[in-house]
Amino acid sequence: MNAPVKPNSFRSGPDENGRFGIYGGRFVAETLMPNILELEKAYNEARNDPAYLADMANHQTHFIGRPSPLYFAERLTEHLGGAKIYLKREELNHTGSHKVNNVLGQILLARRMGKKRIIAETGAGQHGVATATLCARFGLECIVYMGAVDVARQAPNVFRMKMLGATVVPVQSGAKTLKDAMNEALRDWVTNVETTFYCIGTVAGPHPYPSMVRDFQSIIGNETREQLQAQEGRLPDSLIACVGGGSNAIGLFHPFLDDPSVAMYGVEAAGHGLDKLHAASISGGRPGVLHGNRTYLLMDADGQIQEGHSISAGLDYPGIGPEHAWLNDIGRVTYLSATDDEALEGFQLLSKVEGIIPALECAHAIAKIAELAPKLPKDHLMVMNLSGRGDKDVPQVAEILGTKL
Amino acid sequence: MTTRLDTRFAALAQEGRAGLVTYVMAGDPDRETARAILKGLPAAGADVIEFGMPFTDPMADGPSIQAAGLRALGGGQTLAKTLEDIAWFRKDDPATPIVLMGYYNPIYIYGVDRFLIDAKAAGIDGLIVVDLPPEEDAELCIPALKAGLNFIRLATPTTDDKRLPTVLGNTSGFVYYVSITGITGAATPDFGKTAEAVARIKRHTALPVAVGFGVKNAEHASAVARGADAVVVGSALVEALKGSLDGEGKATARSVSAVTDLVASIAAGVRHARKAAE
Repeated sequence: MNAPVKPNSFRSGPDENGRFGIYGGRFVAETLMPNILELEKAYNEARNDPAYLADMANHQTHFIGRPSPLYFAERLTEHLGGAKIYLKREELNHTGSHKVNNVLGQILLARRMGKKRIIAETGAGQHGVATATLCARFGLECIVYMGAVDVARQAPNVFRMKMLGATVVPVQSGAKTLKDAMNEALRDWVTNVETTFYCIGTVAGPHPYPSMVRDFQSIIGNETREQLQAQEGRLPDSLIACVGGGSNAIGLFHPFLDDPSVAMYGVEAAGHGLDKLHAASISGGRPGVLHGNRTYLLMDADGQIQEGHSISAGLDYPGIGPEHAWLNDIGRVTYLSATDDEALEGFQLLSKVEGIIPALECAHAIAKIAELAPKLPKDHLMVMNLSGRGDKDVPQVAEILGTKL
Repeated sequence: MTTRLDTRFAALAQEGRAGLVTYVMAGDPDRETARAILKGLPAAGADVIEFGMPFTDPMADGPSIQAAGLRALGGGQTLAKTLEDIAWFRKDDPATPIVLMGYYNPIYIYGVDRFLIDAKAAGIDGLIVVDLPPEEDAELCIPALKAGLNFIRLATPTTDDKRLPTVLGNTSGFVYYVSITGITGAATPDFGKTAEAVARIKRHTALPVAVGFGVKNAEHASAVARGADAVVVGSALVEALKGSLDGEGKATARSVSAVTDLVASIAAGVRHARKAAE
């Protein structure tokens, strides 16, 4: 294979076929193709419509509570003794994570398209909760597919979704986690394609989802740029975020991709370790085709998909968004990984030194900050996307640490 | 170039009857049983065989075919073994067309060029790859056509007249009309409407049109056969096989005949359809 060509801009993708280099595409059943083309057209119209954008901005301010703060983590910085660390406080959004940014955009689009039935897949439940929330806000029917294993380990979020009026369908097929929830959502969509809008939660799936979701999440990086300019008068030196499908990471990274001085780190979930069970698609997988796109996947020698494993339900997907796959291959973003044990330490560290309980997903990035920051000079500005709050994970962490609640 | 599929459909037209296309999963529940079923299909009345390539994540398939794929994978089936199974079948049956059906990733990982060489050598006639719409033709469809294999496309109720030419563009062998918007093995469609849909597709192509999804028995097959060039039966056969397995999911003495008996019954329905209509 030829080395990928470096583009003039890292922000121009995807091409008209939905490709980022060799990644992305539209690998779906024919039944869905007309719908995906219709969605692409509707999104292109909406993004250029001032009324749609104004509606979105209004809800971002008054419903989600944006802009989210960019917070100087003073005690974490002191504790680590190196880089100056800022946290982008996406966990303070309504519903408790960055997921709501994307769901707002998609639900407003579904309304424009006249779709009244919304389906979604969820792993940890954050995307499911965000979708149920906006469906309640706009009076839409909401069905959330969730692996039966995840239903059991994320009980608080399951109850939240039900309170919000959503139907939660426990998925019993396959390994009963996020991958199978996505299969089941796709099966629903194939069956109810005329009436239904599929609200995908991350920067994966068939074109136009990866770029559409990225656009909705780019508000994270756009705000960060302005906020850091106001506080420090300059660009960050590095950005860091956890990566499952990769929507919070791409949201922070994308507005900075063409600023060559800004280094970027995505942190995948290394589970029990990269030589054991894990969910690090780039560090431990290879390119393949699943769920509508070509990207790095965990699979066996026969091309059969393997389960991801992570302490964090939001990261144990055996793939990653196609734009991340491309950014890895061209070397623009560096992908690291953190184990379950490292994430648990990160979870406790941020709680103790900053008074912020992070989601276990984000704790993976904190673990890598603890490695990277001490080696960097004190004038190095590092921004981490704190994409979710950890309340949902407290029962699970308590159990692992041997505390009976 | 005339393929086994072209020859078979021409012969069916000559006979004045619809064909029966049967789907079974490679390696389900074990390789030996699946091979015995494969070998028994033509005598039971199958005119064309679709051989399923198992995949962990069959996103357009219902519970029956999902479970069949997982049984096969649990038994150690791989794409390489599936190709060997067809080569084994071909030694004794030079005429029955065989179409491989499944999802792209195992082929992509096997390597498209290597796969096409090995598939051709094994005696495979065509491919149905569910997650490769016309927009992705450069991946496998065009190389397969160049290698002399048929590439059979699915047309669905959502494929309108505007899109049909795109779908039919690089299709060869036959067109597979999916009679419902849905997954395999789900609802039984209104077979009266499928004849209209077939007529609509035929206004755009001279290729034979096979109809599938929701055909469960001889009565359904007979209804479909009146208005189509062929009837596809899949989930019902996979379910019949499953019903013959023991408590641990292992094949029993009844397993092969459970499938071939149902094929024979459906084949009779297909063969009598046109006569009954006259």
